[in-house]
Amino acid sequence: MDFNDTPEEAAFRAEARAFLEKHLKPKGSAPASRDRVNMLEKAKAWQKTKAENKFAQITWPEEWGGRGGTAMQNVIWGQEESKFDAPTGPFAIGLGMCVPTVIAFGSDEHKKRYVQKALMGEEIWCQLFSEPSAGSDVAGLKTRAVKDGDEWVINGQKVWTSGAHYSDFGILLVRTDPKVPKHKGLTMFIVNMKQPGVEVRPIHQASGGREFNEVYFTDVRIPDSDRLGDVGAGWKVALVTLMNERLAVGGSPGPDWAEIMEYARDHGTLSDQAFREKLADWYVAAQGYKLTKFRTQTALSRGQTPGPENSIGKIITANHLQDICNSAIEMQDHYGIINETDRMPADAIFQQSFMWAPGLRIAGGTDEILKNIIAERVLGLPQDVRVDKDLPFDQMKSG
Amino acid sequence: MNFDFSEDQKFLAGEARKFLEAESAIPVVREVLNDDDKAYSEALWKKIAEMGWLGTAIPEEQGGLGLGMLEMCVLAEEMGRVLAPVPFSSTAYYLTEAVKLAGSDEVKNDILPRIVAGEIIGCYAASEGPGHPDPASLKTTFDGSTVSGTKIPVTDGGIATHAVVLAKEGSGASLVLVDLSGAGVTRKTLSTLDPTRGHAELTFDKTPGIRLGAAGDGASLNDQLMDKVAVLLAFEQLGGASRALEMAKAYSLERYAFGRPIAGNQAIKHKLAEMYVKNEVARSNCFYGAWALSTDAPEMPEAAAAARVAASEAFWYASKENIQTHGGMGFTWEVDCHLYYRRAKLLAVQAGGPKVWKEKLVRALEQKNAA
Repeated sequence: MDFNDTPEEAAFRAEARAFLEKHLKPKGSAPASRDRVNMLEKAKAWQKTKAENKFAQITWPEEWGGRGGTAMQNVIWGQEESKFDAPTGPFAIGLGMCVPTVIAFGSDEHKKRYVQKALMGEEIWCQLFSEPSAGSDVAGLKTRAVKDGDEWVINGQKVWTSGAHYSDFGILLVRTDPKVPKHKGLTMFIVNMKQPGVEVRPIHQASGGREFNEVYFTDVRIPDSDRLGDVGAGWKVALVTLMNERLAVGGSPGPDWAEIMEYARDHGTLSDQAFREKLADWYVAAQGYKLTKFRTQTALSRGQTPGPENSIGKIITANHLQDICNSAIEMQDHYGIINETDRMPADAIFQQSFMWAPGLRIAGGTDEILKNIIAERVLGLPQDVRVDKDLPFDQMKSG
Repeated sequence: MNFDFSEDQKFLAGEARKFLEAESAIPVVREVLNDDDKAYSEALWKKIAEMGWLGTAIPEEQGGLGLGMLEMCVLAEEMGRVLAPVPFSSTAYYLTEAVKLAGSDEVKNDILPRIVAGEIIGCYAASEGPGHPDPASLKTTFDGSTVSGTKIPVTDGGIATHAVVLAKEGSGASLVLVDLSGAGVTRKTLSTLDPTRGHAELTFDKTPGIRLGAAGDGASLNDQLMDKVAVLLAFEQLGGASRALEMAKAYSLERYAFGRPIAGNQAIKHKLAEMYVKNEVARSNCFYGAWALSTDAPEMPEAAAAARVAASEAFWYASKENIQTHGGMGFTWEVDCHLYYRRAKLLAVQAGGPKVWKEKLVRALEQKNAA
C-alpha cells in the first residue's frame, strides 16, 4: 500500500502541473472574484487553452479533440486543476454530460456541428431534465412535444437548470407520447436556448442566491433532425447522460473538521468534551470520504473497474456539512445568527454553508434516492412498489 | 495510487475465508457459547496454528512466516466475519506485538517460536475495574521481579499461558510479561456479554514477571501497543459488520410481510444502505490504519484511532439493526444475530471504548496542528 503515482502517472502529473502553472494562479493566491460576467469570459478562454493543449477532455478519444487518456489521468488532472483558480464551472455539465450524449446518440452532422465548438469553449450546454413535478421521479415529466410536419412543438417548464441563462444549447427530455407508460413516452432533443419561446428565469433560492433557473418553453420549434435517439427512447438516452456524471475528484463542498477545529481553538471551546467527540466523528467521516475516493482511484490506476463504494460520497458530504455548520453556529450562541461576512469568523462560511447544505442534500439525487440506489444497485434489494409502472402516463396521478 | 491490498493479500483473504467457513462455522461458535466450561474451541485453535497464521507477522528467524501487518489485517477481518471463538487477538495481536515491540532478544527467541507452534496463548491484563485504565493510577504493582494485584476483566485470561500486564512500578508504569504457570496466580472465570470468548479475573500475588522495555516506559509502550492492536481489532469489527449486513440482506429478501419481501420497503432499504455507508467509511479508515501500521507512519496515532472509531460505529450499527431487520426471529437464541451483537460490544470496549479513541484522535490532531 502506498499513495504514490506510478512512474507514468507521475510523468503525467508533472506535465499537467507545468501546464497549469504556466497559465493559472494557485488557489488562494488572490481573492476569489465575484464578477460573474467576467467569470464566463475567463471560463471560455481557459477552456480554449485547455482544448488547444489536449487537456480539455482527458478521456475523450483524440478523434473528438480529447487526449485519449486513462480514467486515472482524468483523476490526476482533476486533482491538479483543483489546486488552481481554474474557472471550470460553466463547462462541467455540458462537457461532462450533454456533449457525451450527443456523441453517443447524435448524427454525424450533430457531432461535426457541436462537439468541437463545445470543446473549444465557444458554446455552453445545459441539461433540461427536472420539472416542478418531476424531480426524483424525473420520468414523470410533463413538458410536451407534439409533431408538426418535420418539426416538434415544445410546451412546458423545466426547473433547477444550472447555467441556462448563459447556455447556447441544451439537451431536453420531453414527453412525446402520453398514451404509454411514463418511461416509454419520452424523447431527447437538442434545443437551441437562444431561440424565441425559450424563457429563462432565475430561481430565488432558500439560501437567498439565484444560481439556478427555471426554463419555460412556449411553442418552441425543434426540427426532427435534432432528435437524439429514437422517438420514445428518451429514457435510455437520459440514462447515458446521467451515467456520464464525472467521477467526483473535488474535496468537500465547504468547511470541514479542520475549519471548525480551528474556530473552536480560537474561541476556547476545543476543550469541551462533547465537542471533541463530535470532532472525532467529523474527522472519521471526512477521512472515510477522502480515502474511499483513493480506493476508487486505486482501481482506476490498476486498470480495473472501481467497486460501488463511491456511491456513499454525497450522502456523507452533504449531511456532514450541515452538521458541522449547525454545530459551529450553536457554538457561537446568539452571535452565531449573524450572517455578515466582514463581521464573522471565516467570512461567515459556516452561516453561508448552513443555508447551502439543505440544497446539497437534494441536488443530484436526494439522500433518499441515493439510499435507494445503494439498496437496489449495490445490495440488490427489490425496487420500490411502482403503481404507475404499467399505467399510461395520461392516467397517472400527478402533483 | 495503490490504496488497496495486493493480489497476494487478497488471495490470502480468500483462502482464509474458505478455511474459516469450513472450520469455524457457527456450530463451532455455539459450542463455546453453550458450554460454560468452554472458553475457546481447542480444535479450531490447533488448526489455526497448523495453518501457520499465528506466525504471520513473526520474523522467520523466530519461526514465523515473516509476512507483514497487512497480512495480519487481512486475517483479522476474516476472523471477525466468523466470530472465531479462539484467543487469536490475545495471542497474535497483544502478546506477539508486545514482545516484538519491547521484548529483549532473549524474550523474543523464547516466546515468539512457541507462539508460532501454538504452545502459548496470550492475554492482555490492563483493566482493573470500571473505566479505562490510567497508567498513572494503577493498583497492580511490579517490584522489578514480581507482580501483585488484580486485573478484571482479562479476555482469554482463563486459558492463557502468558499475560502482558500493565503495572505500576515506582512512580511510573511498566509492561510486564508474566508466565501464568508461575506462583501466586489465581483465575476466576467471568460471565460476560460475549460467552463466545472466555474472560477471567486474574489475581497475582508476588508472581514472577519479566519487564518488557525499560522501567516506567509502560504508558508509552502501552499507547504504541494499543495503536497496533486497535487497527487489527478494527479489521475484526469490519469483518463482523460486513457479515451482519449480509445477514440482514439475506433475511430481508426471504422474509415476506404484506405479500412481498420486506427488503422492498424503504425503511429496510435505507437502513441497509446506511449500514453499507458506515461499513465503507470503516473500510476506508481501516485501510488507512493498515497502511500506517505496515509502514510505521508518523500518522499512526490518528490513523489507528480513526479506524477504531469508524469500525466500532459500523459494527454497533450493523449488529443492532441486523436484529431489528430480523424482527422477532432476531431476538431468539437460535438465530445468530445476537452473537454479532455480543461480539460487537466486546470488540468496541476491549482496548478502550469509542470515547477513549475519540479523545486519542482529537489529541493526535491537536499535536499535529501544534507541530
